[in-house]
Amino acid sequence: MTEAPPPSPVIEVEDLVTHFGDRLILKGITLAVRPGEILVIMGGSGSGKSTLLNHLLGLLVPTSGRVHILGQDINKISGQALSELRQKTGVAFQGGALFSSMSVLDNIMLPLIEHTRLDRMTMEIMARMKMEVVNLAGFDALMPAELSGGMIKRAALARAIVMDPRILFCDEPSAGLDPVVAAQIDDLILLLRDAMQMSVVVVTHELESAFKIADRICVLDQGEVLALGTVDEIRANPNHRIQNLLNRRIEEAELDPEEYLRRLTGQSSTKEGS
Amino acid sequence: MTKLVSTMDKVGRATAQGVAEVGLAGTLLFQAIGWTLWGWRRRQPVRLSAVFVQGMEVGIKALPIVTILSVTIGAMLAIQGIYSLSAFGAESQVTLGVALSVTREFAPLITGILVAGRSGSALAARLGTMKINQEIDALVVMGINPVRFLVAPALLGTLVMLPALTIWADFIALLGAGMYVSVELGMSLSAYTDELISLLKVNDVIHGLGKSALFAVLIVLVGVVNGASVTGGAEGVGRMTTRSVVHAISAIVITDMIFAFVLTRS
Repeated sequence: MTEAPPPSPVIEVEDLVTHFGDRLILKGITLAVRPGEILVIMGGSGSGKSTLLNHLLGLLVPTSGRVHILGQDINKISGQALSELRQKTGVAFQGGALFSSMSVLDNIMLPLIEHTRLDRMTMEIMARMKMEVVNLAGFDALMPAELSGGMIKRAALARAIVMDPRILFCDEPSAGLDPVVAAQIDDLILLLRDAMQMSVVVVTHELESAFKIADRICVLDQGEVLALGTVDEIRANPNHRIQNLLNRRIEEAELDPEEYLRRLTGQSSTKEGS
Repeated sequence: MTKLVSTMDKVGRATAQGVAEVGLAGTLLFQAIGWTLWGWRRRQPVRLSAVFVQGMEVGIKALPIVTILSVTIGAMLAIQGIYSLSAFGAESQVTLGVALSVTREFAPLITGILVAGRSGSALAARLGTMKINQEIDALVVMGINPVRFLVAPALLGTLVMLPALTIWADFIALLGAGMYVSVELGMSLSAYTDELISLLKVNDVIHGLGKSALFAVLIVLVGVVNGASVTGGAEGVGRMTTRSVVHAISAIVITDMIFAFVLTRS
């Protein structure tokens, strides 16, 4: 972690702590996203990366800590200001989250319809331009149920960028896709950043994809930032947990015979044991 | 002892959940009204086209089944009315009984129950599916308020269409009763209609329509609250859809009784 403090980051997270019930999920996350960079948030299942993303999107309220997007604290500003701020960000959800009752074109146009006063023809042209970018040209009238997995992800990306956002969030953009399509999605994210100067936050557990697209990688583990740095810095990081993650080694379990017996007999003191 | 404690624990939790759901329903109602009245000021108006889509779904598409059931209920009331009045030899008084029970009770009740089964459950299923597919989250992060976009149109559409359907059900049920009465008692339909007009007061019809407006709010709120509480995938959607129908019909019947009690005594 050698980076100098960058000039006005687009996203700043300070000491973010969050709980689900009594369970501590994020244990004081601090990170910043610089303008025009692709930051990949990486980590295994249960590392808290999806929770962190939901906080960045303002879908969850933290126990303590601050999330600043484009200089505004998203948990403090008014609903109106947050709505305006959200027009400057785009989100591509893991499952696409396309509205199943609308065609692909209507899905992609929805932010334009709701937030602009353009005439329909202009909006259609703008939406089709984004569809060209993600290689979905000609699929206007299809319903989401008729699309393949890769097409859904690309349509979701098109919807996320239709308002030309300053920040793009992608949740597991290549998960569940075959390697070729996954590589196409990665190329697409790089293209979007280069062509539109967006800052991009990608949450993923796919190593290959992360190394390919990331300017910097943030490794999350059990609710903490284990490391934050460039691809080379992460590769060279001596921390054994990071090396385990990178080399797909299974974490050696610290075996406590008594705790093991308690777990097996259901007398464990942990919450999950009940 | 532990069993008692665990039972009390369950009762307490269920009560707290019930109170929370009522609170959520109230909040949603106020927000939906707020967006309807002032949404345009925040450049997020409730779209008339969305209200029409809901109205079409809730109202127009329910017309055939409402018609069939209303004519049946009307005839049924005439049959039972003539049968019970024959004990006093007062069959000719059946028109009064039919007129009052159709407009004050049966038309709003049967229409409400039908719409709860058709549209309340559909609303719960739609919102539940949208929630588990992250479509609600997608709306939020686009800066589109889900209450404004999804709840307000459903509320307005139902609030217009349920009373409209009830008026239709009034006509059709009274027609069904009239057809039976004219065959059974040899009274002409026009004489039956004249009698209806002289017996029915505007107040009776308003009583039924007022109830149907109340039912509309109940159906939408129950559907939305259940849809919003869906967890656990497709099975959860099914569970909450069933729950929404049961809750909506129970709420309708109970409210109906309270409404009738309060307004007939005053």
